Amino acid sequence: MAWYIFPLNNLLCMLLGISFTVWFTLLLVFIIVPAIFGVSFGIRRLYMKTLLKIFEWATLRMERGAKERNHPLYKPYSNGIIAKEPTSLEEEIQEVRRSASPRELGSGGAAEFDVSDIFCFCRRGVESIVDDEVTKRFSAEELEFWNLLTRSSCHFQHLSLRLTVLWGLGVFIRYGFLLPLRVTLAFTGVGLLVVLTTVVGFLPSGRLKNALSEKIHLMCYRICARALTAIITYHDSENKPKNGGICVANHTSPIDVIILASDGCYAMVGQVHGGLMGIIQRAMVKACPHIWFERSEVKDRHLVAKRLSDHVEDRTKLPILIFPEGTCINNTSVMMFKKGSFEIGSTVYPVAIKYDPRFGDAFWNSSKFGMVAYLLRMMSSWAIVCSVWYLPPMQREDGEDAVQFANRVKAAIARKGGLVDLLWDGGLKRGKVKDVFKEEQQKLYSKTLVGNHEDRGRS
Amino acid sequence: MGSSNSTLSKIPNLGRLIEETGFTPAHIKRLYKRFQALDKGNKGYLSPQDFGSVKELATNPIGDRIIGAFFSQGQETVDFHSFVRILAHFRPLDKNRAKRPDSPEPINSRISKLRFAFQLYDQDNDGKISRDELLQVLRTMLEMQVTEEQLESIADRTIQEADLDGDNAISFDEFRKSLEKVNIEHKMSSRFLH
Repeated sequence: MAWYIFPLNNLLCMLLGISFTVWFTLLLVFIIVPAIFGVSFGIRRLYMKTLLKIFEWATLRMERGAKERNHPLYKPYSNGIIAKEPTSLEEEIQEVRRSASPRELGSGGAAEFDVSDIFCFCRRGVESIVDDEVTKRFSAEELEFWNLLTRSSCHFQHLSLRLTVLWGLGVFIRYGFLLPLRVTLAFTGVGLLVVLTTVVGFLPSGRLKNALSEKIHLMCYRICARALTAIITYHDSENKPKNGGICVANHTSPIDVIILASDGCYAMVGQVHGGLMGIIQRAMVKACPHIWFERSEVKDRHLVAKRLSDHVEDRTKLPILIFPEGTCINNTSVMMFKKGSFEIGSTVYPVAIKYDPRFGDAFWNSSKFGMVAYLLRMMSSWAIVCSVWYLPPMQREDGEDAVQFANRVKAAIARKGGLVDLLWDGGLKRGKVKDVFKEEQQKLYSKTLVGNHEDRGRS
Repeated sequence: MGSSNSTLSKIPNLGRLIEETGFTPAHIKRLYKRFQALDKGNKGYLSPQDFGSVKELATNPIGDRIIGAFFSQGQETVDFHSFVRILAHFRPLDKNRAKRPDSPEPINSRISKLRFAFQLYDQDNDGKISRDELLQVLRTMLEMQVTEEQLESIADRTIQEADLDGDNAISFDEFRKSLEKVNIEHKMSSRFLH
């Protein structure tokens, strides 16, 4: 009886062998080889267009379903729960006083403290509890329509059978097909990076080494970008950062690095990590100089500044890539840039990165997800679609200090990327507000009072 | 995947909350999400530190008092119901709400809004704003910008104007009377979007 099973076993092995070979050939031809040469078949863009059509269809069906059942379809507003008054504090207080005593305005406008002044502060305070500019930047952006991902369906209901089937199909495709593919690619990319950079590290320093290292870095980052199905559009490539400059970009997630490094070679800056990251860091440094700081060195600002400026002065070294916000923001706004990188005095090349949230939300909410969970989420989304704009280089002007320069760069990035330019410090995610801001409010209020006292004194 | 009703079903006594506060289910859902966002650590209630994470509140001179208004006497925590009830004070007036003689005062009526503001002044809850309490508020609103003498003269003048029964303090009735002509409804209301 045994020899009946043998051919069956054989057949199974053969089938498995063939499918693996086919799988890897396809992988190689369609993904890895183009990555090496930096070309694209356009498959990803076709995929993107198809997905968009499906999403639109899905949303229309939901709206129709909602109308039939006469429920208001709950559309989330990305600008908050309440509509805030655009008037300033001063105007508000004057308004309230005017409504209280319209007659007295004629006679010298005796505006002084009134018990009703507290209303304005009170309402603003409560409004900020309900919805404030800063906290909402640290949670994922809300979508206007559904992209067939459960994680963004928190506001959507009314799913008909057809939509449920579609969603189920989506889950199967994403987890059963795309995720394994992507994980394979990711391992390939990272593995190649480590191995090849170590090999190149044995070469003597010189033009050959630099050229090879460039090619290797680009290739591996491109493979990693494909591992996330990143569909990136680079604009204004003539402004790409050159040696001896500092490249500055807004920060949404660790993926930003992969996105920028797929198109150009940069010297990375960061803390020395242990584990897998540490291995990658050590390998990368063998091929070309990156700047990795020990944990203890990070606190010493002079040391940091010195190393950065030393690197920048050497024209043979690659431009430094820095994210001055210091933390991940949810890609609807740009927060305060830390002035450290702007004090060095070299040319700054600003870059704006804007993700399209319809295909997968790239924002890393570090308080909600760890790194591995985040990467898995990324790899099981539909795609990561983003646009990168290279802005023309900027330099610090005479009479401008580092903070002003930083704000100027930030404003340019915000404008190009279509993001809101905020004054707030991203570090507020974890820390306290400086008292200086409270004093501003107090000054504003006292102007409406004390100014008038002085008038009375004079008259 | 489910429907968004799963969020609403997590909230106990939803019907009573809607009835009391006048918020729509959509509002309550949004407020619940906000409550959860503020509730670091998923405790199910808020403590004063959670309010501290709202940066715009930290720059508000009376921020601490507003936070205090959420916590009733001696309480260290505020649950979702109380959170929504306090916020309901800031709903705009319902113009066409029928006045039933036996129904309790709606939370967003003029009187309730006035009482809320009164309590921001009257921290020891004795029903009167004393000169000291007024000075304290003035101090937090102005701090370094005016001298102590100026603060005191402002306080004295304010009490003089509002105090009708001569006890050198402002009771709730006197407070109310002095604000008769002020458009409270507008100043103490926020426009909640649908």
